[in-house]
Amino acid sequence: MKSMKKCFRNLSDIEIQPVYGPQDIKDFDYQYDLGMPGEFPFTRGIYPTMYRGRLWTMRQFAGFGTAEESNRRYRYLLKQGNTGLSVAFDMPTLMGYDSDDPRSRGEVGRCGVAIDSLADMETLFRDIPLDRVSVSMTINGPAIVLFALYLVVAERQGVRLRDLQGTLQNDILKEYIAQKEWICPPAPSLKIINDIVRFCVESVPRYHPISISGYHIREAGSTAVQELAFTLYDGLTYVMSAIEAGLKVDEFAPRLSFFFNAHNDFFEEIAKYRAARRLWAREMKARFRPENAASLALRFHTQTAGCALTAQQPYNNVVRVTLQALAAVLGGTQSLHTNSLDETLALPTEEAVKIAVRTQQIIAHESGVANTADPLGGAYYLESLTNRMESEAKAYFDKLDEMGGMIEAIQRGFPQSEIHRAAVAYQKETDNRERIIVGVNAYAEPEERRVPTLKIKGEVEKKQVQRLKQRKKSRNAKKVAAVLSQLAGIAEANGDLMPAVIEAVRAQCTVGEICEVFRRVYGEYREAVSL
Amino acid sequence: MGGVGILQYPNTPSLHNPSEKRRVIKTRSMKTATGVGKPARKLRVLIAKVGLDGHDRGVKIVARGLRDAGMEVIYLGIHNTPEEIASSALQEDVDAIGLSIHSAAHMTLFGEVLALLKKNKARDIAVFGGGIIPQEDIRSLKKMGIKEIFTPGAPLEEIVKFVKSIKSTRRKARRNRQ
Repeated sequence: MKSMKKCFRNLSDIEIQPVYGPQDIKDFDYQYDLGMPGEFPFTRGIYPTMYRGRLWTMRQFAGFGTAEESNRRYRYLLKQGNTGLSVAFDMPTLMGYDSDDPRSRGEVGRCGVAIDSLADMETLFRDIPLDRVSVSMTINGPAIVLFALYLVVAERQGVRLRDLQGTLQNDILKEYIAQKEWICPPAPSLKIINDIVRFCVESVPRYHPISISGYHIREAGSTAVQELAFTLYDGLTYVMSAIEAGLKVDEFAPRLSFFFNAHNDFFEEIAKYRAARRLWAREMKARFRPENAASLALRFHTQTAGCALTAQQPYNNVVRVTLQALAAVLGGTQSLHTNSLDETLALPTEEAVKIAVRTQQIIAHESGVANTADPLGGAYYLESLTNRMESEAKAYFDKLDEMGGMIEAIQRGFPQSEIHRAAVAYQKETDNRERIIVGVNAYAEPEERRVPTLKIKGEVEKKQVQRLKQRKKSRNAKKVAAVLSQLAGIAEANGDLMPAVIEAVRAQCTVGEICEVFRRVYGEYREAVSL
Repeated sequence: MGGVGILQYPNTPSLHNPSEKRRVIKTRSMKTATGVGKPARKLRVLIAKVGLDGHDRGVKIVARGLRDAGMEVIYLGIHNTPEEIASSALQEDVDAIGLSIHSAAHMTLFGEVLALLKKNKARDIAVFGGGIIPQEDIRSLKKMGIKEIFTPGAPLEEIVKFVKSIKSTRRKARRNRQ
């Protein structure tokens, strides 16, 4: 039999057969391996009716410049059919610095929205009813501060905390592993996360306090199996940590959420999501024995792979995103962000993001795939791949258990080096043309048609710095100092940080000022630099 | 890890203690089989991410690629300020600096690195970069003095070829000092 290539391997280096049949899923047992959607082990989906009951949330990640500009974009997205919001903060905010910090020079508002103060946060959500729109916030190191700001803004809108719906990314483990936006070392960071989780259990019960993420791990170059394994294991680590902090698994596990990548290999991605649900359900049951079935259900948001898009021939990206988004939907995602065609060049223009939203809407309303749960269930290839991914991820679990857990593994550089090796291999395959990327190493064109891109003006930084200066002048400096000092005391005494941070935010302390307290008390994380 | 020609920095500097000295670990294998004289002939390249953005997938591949191509690579990791980069470049007497950035702060931060090199009479150090940088900005950066910018999709070979082609007056001075 002739083949174009000698060997066909997917992105997890699993060899793909020419055809799959019953022999590839010899011991298949419907009840044990799949079950019905909405039932353990949730392979087919976490709800019985899936998209017939409710479509996935169309939740485009957005944010740039000032709070006013981002607020405008959010209202535009809601108008275009987004059913949830997702906030992208700028680098200074992500790292816990104010816009006037020397480290923030050149960075203010450039890859997300600049949020320094309560006033900024209020502007961000102006005319957006927080009791009716769920908001996800991509923030990690300073998550507790941005969460406090959001809670106070909601309160000022007259919204009860009980009615708030949304998600806080708040996943520091994957920062150490992949995205590298941190403030403090692991122990205090986990303590902060537990304080947030506990607060949500008690006061914001519909909120997801963590979005355990694989997206960034994949973007850093990992294989699909590594994305699956490291993400889920991070999740198990958070569960253990919360239990050690005194919480009961059934109190918080039903509100844990996940965040995966939707990369290029169509069936591998679908298998990954199904393996994720099944593996999480089985591991949670085995390790923690929850009584509530909702503690075993893996709910997730997906974003199409940024790293799989090209700067060359950008319109091709619309096609890539469509395939990636379709995989996520066939994989049963609860929420979806589709990248815009121009995101290899800059943050998306309105035109580009509209196409990305329409992509989801066309899949939802025109393709028919949402009419039934897990439409590909039972396919020999898919079930075989799902099994394989589950077992390979489980092998990583065993290795991580052996190492003494994820924090120990991170300190040894294990996940980081696995990811780096996979990234190097991917680069090599691309450079050798073993892996074809259309428009880049095949079908490339010398003259490129330019697409319009979003420009962030330098005035944004000036404006934000000016504004910050004025706010600092007009607030009660004594109160600020007292509250920050009180926060430091609570941190030093290992007390509950959430009420103290909320108070600090009410007293007009800035993001940078509150994070500086954490830096002083808990120290700053340092990564051992190596290749 | 280790390997010929990589100076490994054990920590990223504290973001609030820019004056904190970095410990430099010289790996044993920096001396080649023929002795001390050889290393000065190799092109010395400092590779770093500048600014707050920590996305280091690409920069690590570039650093490794240059090392594998026989250059001496000083890899500074992430979260470096322009001051730290310029100071390390001078300290290490490099021939070239490669900067990676994905946060759209390149106009400011690359500009600051160039200004610091100029201030320290080190404009002969060739500066190149990569990351998310739109075409219009590439033109402006080159006008400022950046030698080349590599955008997403650039083959590693192309980057290595470019760096290899850098003619350095510093290398000759190093050789003469030996």
